[in-house]
Amino acid sequence: MTELPKKTQRKLGLVIDLDTCVGCHACVISCKGWNTENYGAPLSDQDPYGAAPSGTFLNRVHSYEVQPLATSAKVQPPAQLIHFPKSCLHCEDAPCVTVCPTGASYKRVEDGIVLVNESDCIGCGLCAWACPYGAREKDEAEGVMKKCTLCVDRIYNENLEEVDRIPTCVRTCPSGARHFGDFADPDSHVSRLTAERGGMDLMPEMGTKPVNKYLPPRPKDTLPEIDVLAPYLAPVDEAPGGFLGWLDKTLEKL
Amino acid sequence: MHPAPSVILFTTFSGLGFGLLAWLGLGFPAVTGLTAFVFFTIAYACAVGGLMASAFHLGRPERALKAFTQWRTSWLSREAVMSVAALLVMGVYAIGTIFFATALPLVGVLGAVLCLLTVFTTSMIYTQLKTVPRWHSPLTPVMFLALAVAGGALLAGQTTAAAVLLVLAGAVLVATWVHGDGAFARSGTTLATATGLGTIGTPRAFEPPHTGTNYLLREFVFVVGRKHGMKLRIIAFVLAIALPVILLLVPFSHWLALVAVLSHVAGVLVARWLFFAQAEHVVGLYYGKR
Repeated sequence: MTELPKKTQRKLGLVIDLDTCVGCHACVISCKGWNTENYGAPLSDQDPYGAAPSGTFLNRVHSYEVQPLATSAKVQPPAQLIHFPKSCLHCEDAPCVTVCPTGASYKRVEDGIVLVNESDCIGCGLCAWACPYGAREKDEAEGVMKKCTLCVDRIYNENLEEVDRIPTCVRTCPSGARHFGDFADPDSHVSRLTAERGGMDLMPEMGTKPVNKYLPPRPKDTLPEIDVLAPYLAPVDEAPGGFLGWLDKTLEKL
Repeated sequence: MHPAPSVILFTTFSGLGFGLLAWLGLGFPAVTGLTAFVFFTIAYACAVGGLMASAFHLGRPERALKAFTQWRTSWLSREAVMSVAALLVMGVYAIGTIFFATALPLVGVLGAVLCLLTVFTTSMIYTQLKTVPRWHSPLTPVMFLALAVAGGALLAGQTTAAAVLLVLAGAVLVATWVHGDGAFARSGTTLATATGLGTIGTPRAFEPPHTGTNYLLREFVFVVGRKHGMKLRIIAFVLAIALPVILLLVPFSHWLALVAVLSHVAGVLVARWLFFAQAEHVVGLYYGKR
């Protein structure tokens, strides 16, 4: 049923660290790979080698430039570049689930993962309309809605090594910018990270109560003027005499 | 939002069809026999034709029957249930008037209520979406109902009622435009809230995730034709409201009535195109577009 569960036993989700993401798009590629080769309809591409390629992705990395406000210390602060991976936030109050006319979309009671039963989906697209985050994309080839499954076919998969039982985007991230865990447990890795670093919701005004949290970029360091070569460049002789003294005076006059 | 022809045709014609059915159910005009047959044929052609057009935008239309199951939470499902209920009840009423020259008033009133509820559920599919601030307003269902009732009166030949209701519908249409223009700004959703980066400074989309387009941009970020928005609004208003009202005020003739109906339909189609084309989904913010 498309009624949302009052409460889920666990709240599985991701923490995405905007401070450490380097924008390499490895999570995008590994997501596309895993979710094409495994559960559900493959993520199709249209005209992949042609003039207007396009395709279905469950995870995409945007890049934003932020211009910090000027301060008295820094009149013209340099702009910051922030890479911004975005996938389904597995919202507690998921508007995409309640609008579904067929019951294909649902939120699991046991772990809070929002899934689509592809054999029930009529591809009306209303769930994608209801999602503020652009997390759902209709597959052109299959005519059904695709979305992040939080790699439900990895995290409980006993055929995989234990180290691999996490979403493929988290497993792949080379900079450790993605973390997976249970937000219902206040002592979990992700809960602690969220508390320590001020994890935030995207578009809180939409009232979707996203499970996934984003860690804001840390403030930029303000380094003192340090020059490791300075000791070697300090003038050795303050008042040179002889030829060097003549050269010094002559050069000063020029 | 992408103005898909199937959805524009669906909402326009099903609105008109259910509007006409509602008037017929209330006994305006109280027709029987062949005249009733003609009226009900027009009404059912509009309503059922519109519903069938809506099936064209489904990815898997062969599973459409599943859409009747989730009426407890989904306005789209409620619309499916209501439309079938309205068509069935009005079918009983239609058979009575066409074949037995008997109007069943209770059935007719129930059918009329179900017809209006169908239009209301259609409008709620759009109204419920917080992600499209222009639609997320009580004015949206008022506009859908006003146009359906006015258009239905026009088709039902209720000249006086149609003239009055068209003027009211015109006022509502203008109100949705005026109110809708500031809705996105009033919603408070910006790139700063979408990314959470507003605490550092002013964010700006620097690079999109990919060089090509995608489903989201095709479906939600439609910027073509906004330039002519004002002209199209005037065209929509003149065709849907002003011209039919003038034609209703001059002495009645069937030809002028036909022109009034065609003009009204064309105007509502333009207005419905604008309803989609001018609606901005918040996901566009992530792409630096509206």
